[in-house]
Amino acid sequence: MTRHRGRGMASINYPIGMNLGGDPSQALVHSNPSGKFTVALSSIDLGQGMKSVTRQICAETLGVPVEDVYVDTADSDTGPHCMGSFASRGTHRVGNAVMAAAREARGVMMEAAAEELEVNASDLDTDGRGNIHVKGAPHRSISTKDVAIAAQFKQGKTISGRGIFLVPLSNVDPETGEMSPATCYAHACLVAEVDVDDETGEVAMVRMDSAYELGRALNPRLVEQQLVGGAWMGISHALYETPEPYYPDPVHGPRDFVEYLMPGPGDICPHDIAVLERPAPDGPFGAKGPGEMCANPVLPAVANAIFNAVGVRIDDLPITPEKVLRAIKAQGGARPQSRR
Amino acid sequence: MSKIPLQFRHNGRDVAIFVDGGTNLLVALRELIGDMTPKFGCGQGGCGTCSVLIDGELHLSCLTLAETVAGRSIETLDGMKQGPNLHPLQRAFADNFAAQCGYCTPGMLMAAKALLDRNPSPSREEVVEAISGNICRCTGYEPIVNAILAAAGGRASA
Repeated sequence: MTRHRGRGMASINYPIGMNLGGDPSQALVHSNPSGKFTVALSSIDLGQGMKSVTRQICAETLGVPVEDVYVDTADSDTGPHCMGSFASRGTHRVGNAVMAAAREARGVMMEAAAEELEVNASDLDTDGRGNIHVKGAPHRSISTKDVAIAAQFKQGKTISGRGIFLVPLSNVDPETGEMSPATCYAHACLVAEVDVDDETGEVAMVRMDSAYELGRALNPRLVEQQLVGGAWMGISHALYETPEPYYPDPVHGPRDFVEYLMPGPGDICPHDIAVLERPAPDGPFGAKGPGEMCANPVLPAVANAIFNAVGVRIDDLPITPEKVLRAIKAQGGARPQSRR
Repeated sequence: MSKIPLQFRHNGRDVAIFVDGGTNLLVALRELIGDMTPKFGCGQGGCGTCSVLIDGELHLSCLTLAETVAGRSIETLDGMKQGPNLHPLQRAFADNFAAQCGYCTPGMLMAAKALLDRNPSPSREEVVEAISGNICRCTGYEPIVNAILAAAGGRASA
C-alpha cells in the first residue's frame, strides 16, 4: 500500500446571476418617523449574510448609520419581487436594487431637509452619523429623525424610494450560438493537494491554496465565511456527495445522513485564501458575488490532483474510492505524474 | 392510552410532565416543555442537532426515551446563557462566524460544552472528535473548530 501525494490546479470564470428574464430583483426603502429606515425585500438570507450586506449598502447610499437601517425580508407577501438567492446573485442584483431605492429615498430626504433648513437641496450633505448639514457649514444641520418627523407631520412627504435591477435579456445569436449571459464575472484559481491511497482508493485532502477575485468585498468577514464554507462544499461534491451513486439506476441511493456522505470536521484541510478586489463597474460599490462560485474551483482541482497523484483521470462525480480503485486497476497500477 | 408521569431537571429547574410511552426526549422537550432549542434534524441520530446534556453527558435527544431521564438533569442550549450574558462559547461562535443558517448550532454548542466541561484545554484533534457527530452544511467546520478553541483559550487565560 502506498499513499501518493498529488497536486492539481483549476481556474474558473463565474457569471454573477443568470440570463433568464433579465434576472431582476426589486427593493423598497422608506423612513419611519423615528428617522430609521426600513428596506423591504423578499430576498432570502440563508445565513450567507444578505441582510447584513444590503443593510450596509442602504446605509452607505442614504448616508445614515448602519444601525438606522432595518432589513425586512424573506416574505413575498410583504416584499417586492426577487428572483431568489442563487447563482451568486444576491449582493450584485439585490444590492443594486437596494442602492437604487436608497438613492431615490435619499433624494426625498434631502428635499425635505432643504425645506426645513431653507436652503437648496444640492447644498446639503449627510455626515453618516444621522445628520444632514449645509456643505461647509456643519453647524447648520438637522437630524434625519427631525427630517422624518417634518416630512411625516408637517410637509406631508413620504421619504421613500423604489429600486429594481434588471440586466437586459441577451438573446442567442442564431448563427454562432453566442450570447452574453451576465454582465459581471468573478474569477478564482485554486490549488489542491491530496493523498491517494492505492490500496483503498481513498482520497484525503492535504491542503488548498486559493485566490478569489470577486469585485469589492463589502463585508470581508462574510466573504471569507462564504469562501471557507463553499470550499468545503466543493470537497463534498468532488469526493462524497451523490443522491444517485449508480446513476441512472436509482437503486442503492442514500436514504439518510449515514448513507449520504459528506466530509466531516476531520476530513477538511488547511485552506489559505487570498481575496483580490477589483471593483465591478456595474456592482453595488463594486461588488460581485462570493456565493455559489466559491465551491466550483475545488472540483476540477481535486480531479486534477488525483490524476497527478496516481495517473487516473476520473470525470464522473463524486470521485469515490471505488472509482479510483477501478481506474488504477484498469491501467495496471498507480502511475504518479511529475510534480512541478 | 395511559400517560406516564415524568419528572426531571431542565436547565436547573424541576419540571413535571406526562408523556406517552415511547415518546422521545426531543419531542418531550420541544412539544411538552416548549424548549425549541434542541432541533429536529434527521430524527435517527445522524445529524446531531438535537444534542443535549444528560447529567453532563452528551446525548442525542431524538434517540433517548423520555422515560429514561426521570430524576436526571437535562441541559439544553436554552439554559446556556446567563441572564443577558452570552456563554463564552456562544460569544466565540459569533466572533468566529461559526454559524450561517444556524440549524446545526444548538447541537454544536452542546457538543462543545460537553467537551470543555470535561477538558478545558482541548487540542484541535480533540475538538474535531467532539463535534464529529454533528453535521454542518454551511461553514465547512473550520470556523466552528476555531470558535471552540477560542472559547477554550479565553477561559484558560481568564
